[in-house]
Order: sequence, then structure tokens, then C-alpha cells
Amino acid sequence: MSPEKAAVEERPSAAAGRALALEVEAVSFAYPGRRSAERVPALDGVSFNVGKGEVFGLLGPNGGGKTTLFKVLSTASLPSSGRALVFGRDLIADPAGARRDIGIVFQSPSLDRKLTVKENLTHQGRLYGWTGRRLEARIGELLSRTGLSSRASDLVETLSGGLQRRAEIAKGMLHVPKLLLMDEPTTGLDPGARRDFWTYVAELKREGMTILLTTHLMEEAERCDRLAILSRGKVVAGGTPAELKEEIGGDVITVLARDPAAFSAAARKRFGLEALVLDGTVRIEREKGHEFIPDLVGTFPGEILSVTVGKPTLEDVFVRRTGHRFWGEEK
Amino acid sequence: MSRGLFAGFLLPGATLASREMTRFFRQRSRVIGAVLPPVIFWFLIGSGLGRSFRHAPAGAAGQNYLEYFFPGTIILIVLFTAIFSTISVIEDRREGFLQSVITAPVSRASIAFGKILGGTGIALLQGTVFVVLAPLAGVSLASLPFLYVFGMLFVISFALTGLGFAIAWRMDSAQGFHSVMNLFLMPMWFLSGSLFPMEGAPGWLKGVMTANPLTYGVAALRHGFYGAERAAGVFPSPALCFWVSLGFGLLTTALSVALCTRRERSA
Repeated sequence: MSPEKAAVEERPSAAAGRALALEVEAVSFAYPGRRSAERVPALDGVSFNVGKGEVFGLLGPNGGGKTTLFKVLSTASLPSSGRALVFGRDLIADPAGARRDIGIVFQSPSLDRKLTVKENLTHQGRLYGWTGRRLEARIGELLSRTGLSSRASDLVETLSGGLQRRAEIAKGMLHVPKLLLMDEPTTGLDPGARRDFWTYVAELKREGMTILLTTHLMEEAERCDRLAILSRGKVVAGGTPAELKEEIGGDVITVLARDPAAFSAAARKRFGLEALVLDGTVRIEREKGHEFIPDLVGTFPGEILSVTVGKPTLEDVFVRRTGHRFWGEEK
Repeated sequence: MSRGLFAGFLLPGATLASREMTRFFRQRSRVIGAVLPPVIFWFLIGSGLGRSFRHAPAGAAGQNYLEYFFPGTIILIVLFTAIFSTISVIEDRREGFLQSVITAPVSRASIAFGKILGGTGIALLQGTVFVVLAPLAGVSLASLPFLYVFGMLFVISFALTGLGFAIAWRMDSAQGFHSVMNLFLMPMWFLSGSLFPMEGAPGWLKGVMTANPLTYGVAALRHGFYGAERAAGVFPSPALCFWVSLGFGLLTTALSVALCTRRERSA
């Protein structure tokens, strides 16, 4: 296996020693292709754990396998191999048992737009075996928590995007799940609604809820307790956002050079460091970057058009683990 | 399912069926779309053909064409309603509602049953509206064998909604469903004895009509409206109509459940 994978497994996780909410072991999934040779595995031996009470992020570019993994975890799709235990119960072998513990907030809305908010929640409750006063009380509680009480009898299609997402979360939370799965929960939300969302996540976390969410936004990944970075169907890195950035160590220097390839080769030779060419820029990881820059510029006069130095971001982690840009992967 | 029959099957089935009804009656255009076209067909085709073709076939002795065409029109209403309500499976999938249903702790069979039962309820109601118009077709409601007519209407609605569900479950666009409807469902109705009786049809067509399960549904309503004495000796008998329609319903339901129980799998 690749060295990245070994590193992921060696890293002592923040979840170690705590009860696990979700254990994903070697899950693989391939979409059918016309010939078996054409089948690209959407998930290729994905493994990670989520501790009880954590907010866990699955970060990756679109097409990296997040949505497929989400479908498997939400019991909508069956993988070709692997296990996924929700509080010890295998959701692949025993989906019916695991479903009661999982609340799901889908990326594409699952609300019936022709029904009112309350009707949607009522049907959802009944699908989970809730009826009568118990259901009524739970719906009232969720409506007031999500600030939707006054819109309860409005058709979903008349609600704004932000309010629809709130109703969507209320729907996922209705049967009091222990693990909440959310696929790209902030997609399409304006900044205000996005802030509301993260406030609500923090509130749920305080109450002990375990949350797994997928995102393609670095700044949202930063807010998670722990992360797994998913690229081309594999987990390429895992850990807390701080741990992940630490592994780069020091600073990231980005050089815009006249001839990036030649510059990268020369810098590598001269300083014995890794200089990765990405989209026409040269990327160098170095401790005390500000002290190194005068050396670098002095060594290659006239070659360098601009130099920037910055603290590593999760995108840098992604670049280091995959050798390509987060957003450029589709090409 | 480890959960009880109530929580794992009946409750989810019932809630999905009631959602189906709520949605249907909330979209007025759907209500009108299912009732009005068949009524217009009945009146226009019935009036036009009735004047042009006076030859009375054996099965329709003593009836004018409007009367003859009436049971077939009810079946057409039921068929339209069944089709429109099962097309909603495609919408449910595309708009996302279905994803939260298939990941809920309910049996897949209850999803199929809920959907089919909801569609059946709608079709039955729409059919009933038209049955009340029966005096227009020379049938007095007082002499109508209600139990038989509604029993049959229920079985036929159930069978056609089940058929629609089985077709729609795997489809990803309503356009695809429309081509199936034109290629398969409409001919099925044309050749059910709705428009013309089997007796006058050429031999090969007679064979197709005999094999068409809908023929027995139309004949059943004809028996109900125009009495057993007229139906005496006419194929098929009321009992045969009942059994064939019931078998048709069980078959389409079984097919729907079988299709819907399959989960998306990795290749």
C-alpha cells in the first residue's frame, strides 16, 4: 500500500480510548461500467473511525468519493466489500438495526415540496415508527429549536433555501439518532445561514451528538474535530486539522517562476528540497520560510517573478498527499 | 425486519399512501388531468362513433355507443390516475424524497405497498366520481350492484397502479414513462373491449384481447352496469373477470415488490 496509508493508520487518533460511534473498515465500491476494465472504483479500501461525540469531516474534491461513501453509510448503497459499524452494529449486514441510530441529512433535498413542513416531519416520524402525542411533541420541540415554528404549516416550496435546510436537519434529527450524517450540509446556503448552521452543529455537539459531515470547503473542514481527506476513492490523510497541518511543518513557499520546471529542478539540486510544480507555480515546504526567501531569491536572480510565504493550510496537506491541487483534480 | 408488523410495515405503508393522496389533491391540475380527458373522450368519441356506425355487435345488443363506451371510459380514468400517481415515483427519486424513505427502517415491500395503495385510493375515488354519472349512460344507480362494481374497481385500480409502479421504479425520467405509456398502456386499453367488442374483431386481435388482462376489467364493469342477463353467455363471465383481475393485481404487486427490494450494489 502507499506510504500515505500507513501514515494514516499509525497516527494515534484523538478517538483512541473512547467509545466509537462509527468504524469504517476497508469499504470499496465500484459503479457498473460496460466492461470490467472500465470500472473505476469510487471507493477503494476506505477505513476510518469516528469517536462518540466528535464532529468528523470528510474532506475531498467533488468526485473524490465522498458522496458514494455517504450513500454506503446512509444504507442506500451496498459496497462490494468492507464493514461499517455504527455503535457496534454493522450497517451493511444489518441495515435495519443500524438505521434507527442514524439520522441523515442529504445533500439534495429530501423534503416533499408539496407538503408543509409539519406534514413532512409527521410522515418522517411514522416511517420511524413514531405516532400520536410522542410524535407531536417531538415535532414541536424540533420546530422551535430550528426556529421553524411559525412556518410549520407552510408548504416547503415557499421556504427560503436556508429554512429548507433547517427543516431538512429537523427531519434527520426527528427520531433522535445517535449519529447524524450530513452530506455537504452548507451547499447553497448564504453566509448568514451557514453561520447559523455551524452554531447549531456546536449546540448538538454539546449535547453529545456525533456528527459526520462531508465538505469540499477547507474553511469548514477546519471547524471539525477530526478529518479524513478523501481523494480518488482513498483516504489520503486523517487526523485533527492541526495535526494535519503540523505534518507539513513550518511554512509553504509558493514561487511564480519564469520557467517553473527548470526552476524546480535547479532549486531541488541547490537546496536538496522538494519543489513541486503545480499549475505553473513551484511549491516548497520549509521551516522558517521568511529566512529562506532571501537565499532563494539571491540564488536565482531574475528567475523569480514573485514569492509568497504562508502557514500551511489543509489544501497544502491535500497537495502534499496527492501531488495535485484540490480543485484541479478533475482535469 | 425485526420490528413489528405495525411499525415496520403497516404504519410506513399507510403514511406513504396518505402522503400520496395529500399530494394528489393539492395539485388540482392532476385531478382535472385525470378526470376531464376521459370524460371528453367518452362524450366526443361516443357521440361521433355512435352516429356513424350503427351496426350493433353481439355484446352490445340494444345499446347505443355512448352506453357501450361508458365502462371503458371508467377504466381509462383509472388507468390515467394510476399512471399519474406512479409517475410520482420518478419525481420522488429525482426530487430526493425517496432517498429518505429507502434509508428509513422500513421494509421495501411497505414502500411499494404504500405507493400502490395511495395510487389505488386516488384511482378509486376518481373512478367513483364517474360511476355517479352512470345515469347519463342509461344506467340507474338504484339497480347498480355497488359491491361488485366497487370491488372490481378496487381490484383493477390496484392492478394498474401496481403495473405503473413496476414500470416507473427503475426509470429516471418521466419522458421514458410516457413512451411506455404510448407503446404499451394505451394499446392495452384500446384492446380491452373498451372501444369495440371482441366479437367483431378479426381472429388474431381476438387472441390478443383474450390475453389482455384489462379485457376482464372492462367486461366486469360492463356486467356491473348492464346486468348479468345481458352478459349471459357472453365471454368472459363475471367470476372469470374477478379472478383474472385479482391475479393481474397480485402479479403486478409481486413484481413491484420484487423490483423495489433490490438495493443499489457495487459492481
